Amino acid sequence: MNNKELKAAATEIRCGIIESLHAAGSGHPGGSLSVADIIAVLYFEEMNINPEDPKMKGRDKLILSKGHAAPAQYAALAAAGYFPKEELLSLRKIGSRFQGHPNMSYVPGIEMSTGSLGQGFSAACGMAQANRLDGDPGRVYVILGDGELQEGIVWEAAMSASHYRLDNLVAIVDHNGLQIDGRNEDVMTVTPIAEKFAAFGWNTVSVDGHDFDQIRGAFAQARACGGRPTVIVAETIKGKGVSFMEDQAGWHGKAPDDEQTKQALQELRGGR
Amino acid sequence: MSDKIATRQAYGEVLKELGAEYENLVVMDADLSGSTKTAEFRKVFPERFFNMGIAEQNMYAQAAGMALSGKIVCASTFAMFASGRAFEIIRNSIGYTHANVKICATHAGITVGEDGASHQTFEDIALMRTIPGMTVLNPSDAVSAKKLIRQAVEMDGPCYVRLGRSAVPVFYGEDDEIVLGKGKELKEGNDLTIIATGIMISDAVQAAEALAEKGVSARVVDIHTIKPIDQDIILKAARETGKIVTAEEHSVIGGLGEAVASVLVKNYPVPVAMVGQQDTFGESGKPDELRKKYGMTAEDIIRAAESLIG
Repeated sequence: MNNKELKAAATEIRCGIIESLHAAGSGHPGGSLSVADIIAVLYFEEMNINPEDPKMKGRDKLILSKGHAAPAQYAALAAAGYFPKEELLSLRKIGSRFQGHPNMSYVPGIEMSTGSLGQGFSAACGMAQANRLDGDPGRVYVILGDGELQEGIVWEAAMSASHYRLDNLVAIVDHNGLQIDGRNEDVMTVTPIAEKFAAFGWNTVSVDGHDFDQIRGAFAQARACGGRPTVIVAETIKGKGVSFMEDQAGWHGKAPDDEQTKQALQELRGGR
Repeated sequence: MSDKIATRQAYGEVLKELGAEYENLVVMDADLSGSTKTAEFRKVFPERFFNMGIAEQNMYAQAAGMALSGKIVCASTFAMFASGRAFEIIRNSIGYTHANVKICATHAGITVGEDGASHQTFEDIALMRTIPGMTVLNPSDAVSAKKLIRQAVEMDGPCYVRLGRSAVPVFYGEDDEIVLGKGKELKEGNDLTIIATGIMISDAVQAAEALAEKGVSARVVDIHTIKPIDQDIILKAARETGKIVTAEEHSVIGGLGEAVASVLVKNYPVPVAMVGQQDTFGESGKPDELRKKYGMTAEDIIRAAESLIG
């Protein structure tokens, strides 16, 4: 895909996030919007996947360790053709397969049930290890939040991925600087992120998480790096694309009302 | 009945057999492979053994990832750290996904002995049986341990297997049929039934023999599968003997005793006495000294039975 097409895909994902959260009346817009560009590159360019055959042998896998960004992944899967887009409006409703946090048993294309932070990262390491054992060419991608790095299990996993030289594993940290209670540095400082991973033996790449060329380049660097897992530290803006949500901790976990939804969709579709 | 073998020893042995039969079987450990006996597997299948270091949470979440990629995973550490420290990971990444992980946890209960209270878990059965879809096994000797671990590997889905540190009497024969989900009647009796699990089984048999000398006919049932529990054998015992003593090397809160009581209360209430750890922590000591001090011996089962008979 060229950047214009990727931009259109990312916009479709962002609109899907806003529409599904508005319909649900709850959920997490900020951290869903911040990863939309990264997710667009993964699903529409980087990953070897097949919406017709979600369990295709040798496929690449994306684990959303920050499971609260589920609306972004659901919208991307719908855009990629895993299921009809209209179904996104059932998000978080009783009986829906689109749970508040991803459930792998219900939704094609979801590889791991996540939501409890840190665990998706470890599970992704296990999948990468299994692929290597089987000679499976599939690569494993895992998206973490920056606040999520406060979980101890993240560093247990980081240590083990490096120990086992899982070079088929790529972690992407969505560094938007905000978490529920405020700025990372006011709650619990997570920086320097790349340096921490480097000290654990990882290949590190830092990018603007809204710049398609940089994201693309980082994935290429990860592919080229043998013997080590790669972490891409993506500098992002929480709520990216919706003016009144951008860089606002208050938009971590609440849905837009009718008027806010209208404005958000206008801004997104207007290509602000 | 003369041989004494730890159930963890049986685990190490059966792992080697299963490793040869199942190419997709992998084993993980958290720096305790010599103690849990997974080292036996490592010696034969080093490429399928993964030491995850002292990081139980990561081990169980990675076990889930491996299982969801088609592996049968046996992941071991001490029962305290498996069921306790990693509980929420097991609940969300293994239970909720119904991953094919066998949590083979050793050094359960008071018979850990000298290491003391920090390592003696009486809560693991209680914790594990609350997880939907989790099978919970507590083998009573080396023979049943091997047979049950084999069945755990053959079935699809998460399973918790409780294993012990200390050598315990082998009383099952190789030909005895041990079926996951089915309790086993070891001795007939009409006056009361001793329902026991794990290493308390040999104490239960001893207690029944002593009671027989006093003219009390005690039935003995081995509930090696705590979940799904064999309701039929429990209700049959309640109807035919009218009184139940439960015996476990685990807290009386949330363990076998309460699992049995739950079946009885809902279907056919009869008086129950529970032998087990009585809502207290343990301490350092020799396993047999500790079992005596904390009330988990044949003598305690006899006293409980006599309290019901009055």
